[in-house]
Amino acid sequence: MSTITLHDTHKHDGHDAHGHEHHKETFLTKYVFSQDHKMIAKQFLITGIIMAVIAMILSILFRLQLAWPDQSFPLLETFLGKWAEGGRIKPEFYLALVTIHGTIMVFFVLTAGLSGTFSNLLIPLQLGARDMASPLMNMLSYWLFLGACLVMMGSFFVQTGPASAGWTIYPPLSALPKTISGSGTGMTMWLISMVMFVASQLIGGINYVSTILNMRTKGMDLWKMPLTIWALFLTAVLGILSFPVLVAGVVLLIFDRSFGTSFYLSDIVIGSQVLPNEGGSPILWQHLFWFLGHPEVYIVIMPALGISSEVISVNSRKPIFGYHAMVYSLIGIMVLSFIVWGHHMFVTGMNPLLGGVFMITTLIIAVPSAIKTFNYLATLWRGNIRFTPAMLFAIGMVSFFISGGLTGIFLGNASLDINLHNTYFVVAHFHLVMGSAAIFGMLAGVYHWFPKMFGRMMNPKLAFLHFWITFACAYLVFFPLHFLGLDGVPRRYYAFTEFEFMQKWVTVNVLVTWAAIVAALAQVAFLFNFFYSIFKGKRTTQNPWSANTLEWTTPVEHLHGNWPGEIPTVYRWPYDYSKPGAEEDFIPQTVPFSQTMSSNVPHDFDGNTEAERIQEEWMAKQEKAEREKVD
Amino acid sequence: MSLKNLISKKTFAGLAVMLTAFVNTTSVFAQEAAAAAATTAKTVDMEPIYKSALFYVLLFLLLCLFVAIVGKAIRVYELTRTAQDKPEGINWDTVNAVLFLLFLIVGLYGVYWEYTVHGKMILPEAASVDGAEIDKMFNITLILTTIVFIGTHIVLFLFSFFYKYNANRRAYFYPHNNTIEKIWTIVPALVLSVLVVMGFITWRSIFYKVVDPNNKPLNIEVTAQQFAWYVRYPGADGVVGMKNYKMVTGLNTLGIDFKDKNTLDDQNAEEIVIPVNKPVRFAINSKDVIHGFYMPHFRVQILANPGMMTYFEFTPTITTTDMQAKTNDPAFKYVLLCSQICGSGHYNMQRTVRVVSQEEYEEWVVKQPTYINNDLRKQFNLPVVAEPTTPAPAPEATPGPGPDTLGTDSGAVRKTDLAKLN
Repeated sequence: MSTITLHDTHKHDGHDAHGHEHHKETFLTKYVFSQDHKMIAKQFLITGIIMAVIAMILSILFRLQLAWPDQSFPLLETFLGKWAEGGRIKPEFYLALVTIHGTIMVFFVLTAGLSGTFSNLLIPLQLGARDMASPLMNMLSYWLFLGACLVMMGSFFVQTGPASAGWTIYPPLSALPKTISGSGTGMTMWLISMVMFVASQLIGGINYVSTILNMRTKGMDLWKMPLTIWALFLTAVLGILSFPVLVAGVVLLIFDRSFGTSFYLSDIVIGSQVLPNEGGSPILWQHLFWFLGHPEVYIVIMPALGISSEVISVNSRKPIFGYHAMVYSLIGIMVLSFIVWGHHMFVTGMNPLLGGVFMITTLIIAVPSAIKTFNYLATLWRGNIRFTPAMLFAIGMVSFFISGGLTGIFLGNASLDINLHNTYFVVAHFHLVMGSAAIFGMLAGVYHWFPKMFGRMMNPKLAFLHFWITFACAYLVFFPLHFLGLDGVPRRYYAFTEFEFMQKWVTVNVLVTWAAIVAALAQVAFLFNFFYSIFKGKRTTQNPWSANTLEWTTPVEHLHGNWPGEIPTVYRWPYDYSKPGAEEDFIPQTVPFSQTMSSNVPHDFDGNTEAERIQEEWMAKQEKAEREKVD
Repeated sequence: MSLKNLISKKTFAGLAVMLTAFVNTTSVFAQEAAAAAATTAKTVDMEPIYKSALFYVLLFLLLCLFVAIVGKAIRVYELTRTAQDKPEGINWDTVNAVLFLLFLIVGLYGVYWEYTVHGKMILPEAASVDGAEIDKMFNITLILTTIVFIGTHIVLFLFSFFYKYNANRRAYFYPHNNTIEKIWTIVPALVLSVLVVMGFITWRSIFYKVVDPNNKPLNIEVTAQQFAWYVRYPGADGVVGMKNYKMVTGLNTLGIDFKDKNTLDDQNAEEIVIPVNKPVRFAINSKDVIHGFYMPHFRVQILANPGMMTYFEFTPTITTTDMQAKTNDPAFKYVLLCSQICGSGHYNMQRTVRVVSQEEYEEWVVKQPTYINNDLRKQFNLPVVAEPTTPAPAPEATPGPGPDTLGTDSGAVRKTDLAKLN
């Protein structure tokens, strides 16, 4: 392994020495068709932010409908035309809104926006590589992602409206345009968009994995990698293994929709028209979808966990507690996430025996999650906590992860799921644990690595405002929703007016909608801060957070190849914060043990007897000198 | 201190100036100011203003302006502190630490409030035998998770409060402790194992039912369609007859195969009426898309799939009248609703469910019309009877298995029911 790394470093150095002379960058190659991983990371981030804003606006639209089902908003008609005739959103469009909100948030924001941004930015920088294994594939990955976004947004402009069968698009609803208008052209575009998206994820994922396995700098063995890289690595592996299954499912659905096959369709009568399809099973789609769908939620949350680990450790000025346990729990989550998909299907009518099996695997996955939580708490214990904006969001992330994770214990229990399935309890659960927690992880990452991305700082005070409003409002939005679920209110209901027992929840919906609006407005503070600081923010120093990892050894000004000279060598793990005996409260990974003799502990040497001997000799000498001084 | 006063004065002065400017330039705010000033004198009609989006946009811009002014004021204050070589004015670490503490206190109260206020608005006690088991399981899980939820949050926010940054202090270098880590791996694992075992037992008791020959379940078939539920009672023979989706016509909406003698006494019903304390077994499927058969008060949910029959058996324990007394709500009724997104009418796909005494049920059920009528009889070449059809059991509808029906496909209901009967 080390020979490969050495060779690679050498080659890149050679390239770098004379590479800049005859490489003129035009606007197009620098900002648009860039192959530089840092620029691609920014492209992913900004596209992700734009998609997040769109999805957030969609959510406000349907929240308006839920809070004031009888109220007319003439402005909506101005913007939405026939979808909101008379200022009231139509039921079909309401379903389209929830569908596209879910799709954008899960896939475009929390998958591509989160791991796309931070994998691209951090993998080469934290591992000491000049760029990704294949910069061209990296660029393709972004452009396919952008294409997927555009196709998805384009579906708002087709006559029959965007896909509206829910983000899980269960057939036959998604297969038969007669059952809902959104299953016409809108659904076709959804499927095309998803195929492009998965291609983008696969290209990206293969690139991330090969970079992490082959291009680490000298000394950077796997157990010296920061937890962010571990998380991004395992996320990429998870994506590579699960996304193709979604494509398989999608292709079969395209066949059913367009070529008259019957993979998912059987025994269907629309009105009194009997369809010719026979022998298919709608449950097959659910198996294929959730085989991706469940790993997908871990694809969303694992990078957020990794980022939080890093941010919490840096800002507590303490090593992350139980580094190995953190890695093993990530691996545990990754492996287990492949065998829990059935908990989305407890009440589909599949064999009850399977329900029992999936319940066992699902509740086991809570164990590594619990380990992670306790390790975060232990990291904070007796720390010296700097409340940087990133740290606030990381703490918020831990809070959401706990709250949402605990309600997962209800839903993972097959017998409780009978009554909770498809209710607002589920909505509340996943919005906390994978929605809010993952977004907070992403925001923590943005605040933390903004200086690395743009060479400037974001305004911390505006960030505090952003954090506190968002944190409080997210709880105000999602906490009450659990109780709607416990009252048996199903999700994706256009209005709560038709059932007597639901009417009491309309007032709660008003509260939730107001909280959502305030939270959405608070994002203006972030957006302003983000875009303003890109151009006008305070210039940053090289290592503004006094962090140990390699990315802070690169110059503030970006250059292709990341390090001007030789790539630094790594000597230690990334979490030597507040080590007793050290001069400063952090020791970067590039500092060899020979320079920190006063703070070395036997554990550092991993059983290297020669190093231990040298250390002991030094200590003895030191002791002797001490004694002589006293005498 | 004087500086602080000055700034706050300046802030307010600035705000006042800005407000005046707005009042002068925008009519909306002029009206608002006028209304605020003279609410008693004359009532200005504010309705159109509250409805105009521009009003809210301006309100938001004003808020942004306010934030900007406060931000600038803080900046001025901090710059003057630096210029005077005094320690930094506001210690933001302390501010955030205190806010975390406040968040903890307010949050704990909020959770208490939610549990007591919204917690009272949830479903009444379960009205079925299995539902009571589910509720017991739920309560155990709720108690355990609430303890962990409160405990970890107290720890999280108190740590954040107590260990805030102090330049004179160093964090405690504590990279790992294998014993502690083992403890907090094993304890959750044990607790979860207990929950798994209990959940598994409950799950089995719900889905693996042993039929008591003296208390056979009442078989009811429910067919979902966009956006309604069709109910089919078995009639006197206790067997819901066969159907085949290929036989669906405008007249025969469920596609009932009337060649099967068991179908001839099958009854249609407007509402689902079930006798209390008697097991009832629903056979559920769908004609078009997937629907969700959900009766929250009985803790019953299973999907209605096209092309695949699903079953749910339970025993209701509380009649509608008793539940009305228990919930102190004379309008209370049990409902069947759709839980799986199925199209534009998804939100209004309901059927009333009524749980009654055995006598009331028997009285009600004989009044329900049969599915078969003379038009259908003609279609299926069956002897036409004089209208109105009596719901009394038709002589040809004899229960029991017939070799001619056993081998046919699409008889999922029939086959299973036969298995139960024998």
